[in-house]
Amino acid sequence: MNTPKYYVPARSHWPIFGAVAVFLTLFSMASIIHESSQGSVGTGSVVLAVISGFLMLYMLFGWFGEVVNEGLRGLNSDQLKRSFRFSMGWFIFSEVMFFAAFFGALFYARMFAVPWLGGEGAKGEANMLWEGFTAHWPLLTTPDMNTYPGAMGVIDAWKLPFINTVLLIISSVTLTFAHHSLRAQNKAATLKWIALTLALGVAFMCVQIYEYGHAMNDLNLTLNSGIYGSTFFMLTGFHGAHVTLGAIMIFVMYWRVKNDHFTPDDHFGFEAAAWYWHFVDVVWLLLFTFVYVF
Amino acid sequence: MRRVGISAVSALLLLSNSHSAFAEWGLNMTEGVTQLSQNVHGLHMTIFYICVAIAVVVFGVMLYSIIYHRKSRGAKAANFHESTTVEILWTLIPLIILVVMAIPATQTLIDMYDAEDAEIDIQVTGYQWKWRYTYLNEDVDFFSILTTPQEQIDNKEAKGENYLLEVDNPLVVPVDTKIRFLLTAKDVIHSWWVPDLAVKKDTIPGFINESWTIIDKPGIYRGQCTELCGKGHGFMPIVVKAVSKEEYATWITEQAIAQAAAREVKDMSYEELMAQGESVYKSNCAACHQANGSGMPPVFPALAGSKIALGDIADHIDIVLNGKKGSAMGAYAEQLSVSDIAAVVTYERNAWGNDKGDMATPKQVKQQKESGK
Amino acid sequence: MSHAIESADHHHGPDKGFLRWVYTTNHKDIGTMYLLLALGSLLIGGTMAFVIRAELFQPGLQLVDPNFFNQMTTMHGLIMVFGAIMPAFVGLANWLVPMMIGAPDMALPRINNWSFWLLPFAFGMLLCTLFMDGGAPNFGWTFYAPLSTSYAPPSVTFFIFSVHIMGISSIMGAVNVIVTIFNMRAPGMTFMKMPLFVWTWLITAFLLIAVMPVLAGVVTMMLMDIHFGTSFFDAAGGGDPVLFQHVFWFFGHPEVYIMILPAFGIVSHIISTFSRKPLFGYTSMVWATASIAVLSFIVWAHHMFTVGLPLVGELFFMYSTMLIAVPTGVKVFNWVTTMFRGSMTFETPMLFAIAFVVLFTIGGLSGLMLAIAPADFQYHDTYFVVAHFHYVLVPGALFSILAGVYYWLPKWCGRMYSETLGKWHFWLSFIGVNITFFPMHFVGLAGMPRRIPDYALQFADFNAIVSVGAFIFGLSQLIFVYNLWRTTIGGKGEQATDKVWDEPDGLEWDIPSPAPYHSFQEPPQVK
Ligand code: HEA
Ligand code: HEA
Ligand code: HEC
Ligand code: CUA
Ligand SMILES: [Cu+2]
Repeated sequence: MNTPKYYVPARSHWPIFGAVAVFLTLFSMASIIHESSQGSVGTGSVVLAVISGFLMLYMLFGWFGEVVNEGLRGLNSDQLKRSFRFSMGWFIFSEVMFFAAFFGALFYARMFAVPWLGGEGAKGEANMLWEGFTAHWPLLTTPDMNTYPGAMGVIDAWKLPFINTVLLIISSVTLTFAHHSLRAQNKAATLKWIALTLALGVAFMCVQIYEYGHAMNDLNLTLNSGIYGSTFFMLTGFHGAHVTLGAIMIFVMYWRVKNDHFTPDDHFGFEAAAWYWHFVDVVWLLLFTFVYVF
Repeated sequence: MRRVGISAVSALLLLSNSHSAFAEWGLNMTEGVTQLSQNVHGLHMTIFYICVAIAVVVFGVMLYSIIYHRKSRGAKAANFHESTTVEILWTLIPLIILVVMAIPATQTLIDMYDAEDAEIDIQVTGYQWKWRYTYLNEDVDFFSILTTPQEQIDNKEAKGENYLLEVDNPLVVPVDTKIRFLLTAKDVIHSWWVPDLAVKKDTIPGFINESWTIIDKPGIYRGQCTELCGKGHGFMPIVVKAVSKEEYATWITEQAIAQAAAREVKDMSYEELMAQGESVYKSNCAACHQANGSGMPPVFPALAGSKIALGDIADHIDIVLNGKKGSAMGAYAEQLSVSDIAAVVTYERNAWGNDKGDMATPKQVKQQKESGK
Repeated sequence: MSHAIESADHHHGPDKGFLRWVYTTNHKDIGTMYLLLALGSLLIGGTMAFVIRAELFQPGLQLVDPNFFNQMTTMHGLIMVFGAIMPAFVGLANWLVPMMIGAPDMALPRINNWSFWLLPFAFGMLLCTLFMDGGAPNFGWTFYAPLSTSYAPPSVTFFIFSVHIMGISSIMGAVNVIVTIFNMRAPGMTFMKMPLFVWTWLITAFLLIAVMPVLAGVVTMMLMDIHFGTSFFDAAGGGDPVLFQHVFWFFGHPEVYIMILPAFGIVSHIISTFSRKPLFGYTSMVWATASIAVLSFIVWAHHMFTVGLPLVGELFFMYSTMLIAVPTGVKVFNWVTTMFRGSMTFETPMLFAIAFVVLFTIGGLSGLMLAIAPADFQYHDTYFVVAHFHYVLVPGALFSILAGVYYWLPKWCGRMYSETLGKWHFWLSFIGVNITFFPMHFVGLAGMPRRIPDYALQFADFNAIVSVGAFIFGLSQLIFVYNLWRTTIGGKGEQATDKVWDEPDGLEWDIPSPAPYHSFQEPPQVK
């Protein structure tokens, strides 16, 4: 607990940079979406999006670079290191809640909305507005097939998704091996395990992309298929985005291990990436259970 | 400082009296004309008095301290700051009070949810910004639209007695009869509220909510839409006319006959179409497209000079019949009769400088309605 | 913090000029910026309230058309909630939490600055929607689908992204507060010795982290429904508009406690100080706050009693909501007992704190009436609800913020505010706030729906009174603005002592007034 003297932070230009970068990125995204719904996307927004993308990258490299450097120069007190750990933990908790919203939507649709529309349960009268509609989950035939054309089938959980589950679970294990090797100061083994984890992550993404192609082309399962397609793509899509982010983190960790950034008892960056990866893994297990299997 | 407590308490007491003395001032909840609304009113008064009592005790102690334990009176501060006993006490007592409130509340709620054994089923459908009433067991189905003239709203005319609470076709129901409402909406969420019946239920597009009432007294009961539903939200009142059972029986037969007659397709002249079109336009379309056809771009397009209004007449009829998915433009095929649609289309093509010169006939509309699904 | 150790000596004073505020990592600078942003938002949101009240002064449409009226209602709610009350509390947390726990600064000073600077952009974008084609959001601050999806003005896309930016800012801010409190307490500052403001903020921060992502989730679903063909809120595809309300209120109800828990902390300090007595029942205060937070996750559907929930749901949410009265009651009773047999004086902060207790309780009791589901069928979406939530938000949250600013201002800037102006501000606000919001109970019960630009004639008298009250209340805030300006920039007012008040409790009173740029160079020892 005791630091002899409190450190006093210096001013920094990264935050304002970060604020501008985030703002411009989201603003240009909003503009593009807005304009495309109004007819045509203006070049202005696209240019702005590209610029803000670069700004964002520059900010991320700069800011994280500075933090990494401070760490390397041994400037971080134990207290600050603890702060980093706590922050990462709470940040992951916020991500959990983000997914919770979509899982909530999925459960609500399955347990309440769809059965009601199909004439079952406390509010089954709704069925008089959707004559002929019966409730099934997964919902392939929607109440109004003209607007939401439904889908021809669902993805078989025990084929590609099962392979993906195995891939991700193994990758969590290999990442743990990497951690052990890092603690044992075995750099070669660490690098090997990290690379393997990364490869598994990339393989997962490839399978996922292939599966999306299959869903859209062969099964006509799209965002527009009704609530099944909506929840399916939202959940797996945001999960995929998080896998990508996690993979980028792991890639950075590879580079950092290579450059001897970590010691056996001080490698918070690595641990943060690992926590994130495990979190993504757990989300997948839930997805596999509730989106694919049941 | 004293005034804090006093004014708050006296204001609360004022409200507590409202039941008897101030009822006609419109200070309090109505007792209404159904058993249920009276139960709800009773419940409201009970919880209200309990709240007043709690407030009197809490503010009383506070006021006492403020008056007697002030430094300017030489009060010395005591130093007590903990007592598990009182903490437990003031956890348990409120808990008991809450249980006392919860019992009648539960009972009333269960009653409210019991829509079984209704004699009449009426489907209530919310539209931007009007109500539609469909008598499910009869051949009667109509819309109910605000009749307060725009001039009154714009302060150009003196406001009438039932300003904003008057409609062209009230919902007519018999007294002493269990009526079940099946509530839904076509566009956004609305909420059907008649205070005197203690019925308030949201109308959710695509779903059906249930509610029911048994009205004790004949009379006219007014209410309003209570869920924000766009710019006409303040302008979609509800009027329920409760009549004796005999009167109701006569009314419903007459309505069924009149409506059957209106569905027949007659030939109409250009002048007839324009005249009828103007009135249909005023009550159905002007809310969005404005009385002068200028719309409110970009959300509500102008019809004066619009491509569709000056283009192929089939397209024009089509958008009015079927609406435009994903926009506020609703389908009017069910809402308006074929002659109304023919009239309004004709009107739109020839008003506000849209001198297209052609006209849509009821036959043509009927044909298009039957061919396109 | 890079040059933490090397250059510590160079950083005893603030930088000069504009860049000081842009680059700062100092919790006090950031706190000041948050508070100024909140004040600005209060004036903007209040001006919108003026537009609403001016239109409602008399029946008929006088000033604005109904669509613009809806935009005003929506923007007023959004700006007051996200722009005024929340940033004001974050500003107070920034100023006070490190001082109260004996920390040098927040745990992550750079993230702290980032969290702040996201906000001006978010609100700038939100305000810009007023000038877009089709106008600003007009679907209420609760933006129920499908009014906010298929039927929304085109600017809704910008609204969604603006909510995303606010969300990032709030989450990062909350992480910072939690980590600071967990990790930066001075030696000896155990959890049960933490000042109540710190405790309430710790719990608030937890609520923020738990629910802001859910808000982000729900606006994301909206975005997808509007632009990418999903059907979360459309029955035609198997979704449900009511799903929107469930997800929104899962965020929304904890959100309203986010706006009141820090207030509880503030008034606890003030009442104890001016009663010259330790706070009664510290431990039960902590537990009560925690229980309120826990309960807040299971009561959300009390905003949805009329959407047609199945009966069991209705009963569950009624009972759980009623339960919240118990821990809140504990707090009220503890405050009253703290005053009991004290030695009270009535400086401006105390006046606001006492008014808080009284008027918040009135608001809480009307909340309890709303919680009774069958009665709520008559109250829901009328001005009775508007009266309820303004009582808990204006003389509740806002008064506590005003009380807090008066209370700590001498510590921040080293000078006393004008007590005379403070008293004027208080009494005019107190009278104004009651004239504004009390009659709303009556019109609500008599049947006036909310969010309408024009109303039936029987509501006319009370609405006129309400509007007059609103103008008294709003204009009297200018006294506050002047008092602030006069004390800080104007340099008037006598020098404040270090303790400022008679024997207040807490570490922040051990350091000089004005508080040095870095409060503690070395960890203070807490006994
Ligand atoms: C700071 C914000 C805040 C706070 C603290 C509260 C506190 C409470 N609120 Fe409120 N509420 C809002 C902000 C807030 N609310 C807002 C903004 C809305 C409207 C949103 C919208 O639709 O736009 C709303 C709407 C709202 C509704 C929905 C009404 C409707 O739309 O129909 C309900 C219903 O149950 C409700 C209930 C409560 C309850 C039970 C409490 C309780 O926490 C109150 C507890 C306090 C007390 C009870 C008083 C003190 C206690 C005692 C003295 C002990 C003894 C008492 C007893 C035993 C009874 N609130
Ligand atoms: C969070 C806090 C908060 C605060 C502080 C307020 C403050 C006020 N609010 Fe409200 N209000 C809400 C939150 C808040 N509000 C919410 C959430 C809603 C629901 C929205 C919805 O339905 O979607 C609402 C809705 C609402 C309505 C209902 C609208 C409707 O249903 O159509 C009304 C009507 O009277 C109202 C009035 C007021 C008034 C008179 C004030 C007064 O207290 C304001 C006092 C004014 C000031 C403090 C500013 C002073 C300004 C000046 C003196 C001018 C100076 C100007 C410049 C320098 C530019 N508010
Ligand atoms: C709730 C608002 C609303 C009401 C009421 C309404 N409309 Fe529309 N109308 C719209 C909107 C929105 C569009 C634009 C649809 C689109 O193209 O996306 C539209 C488009 C049209 C168009 C096509 C105009 C063009 O140039 O694209 C016609 C014709 C039209 N409406 C006629 C009518 C008639 C006739 C009525 C009444 C019977 C009516 N509308 C009532 C909202 C409304
Ligand atoms: Cu319909 Cu409000
Ligand atoms: Cu709530």
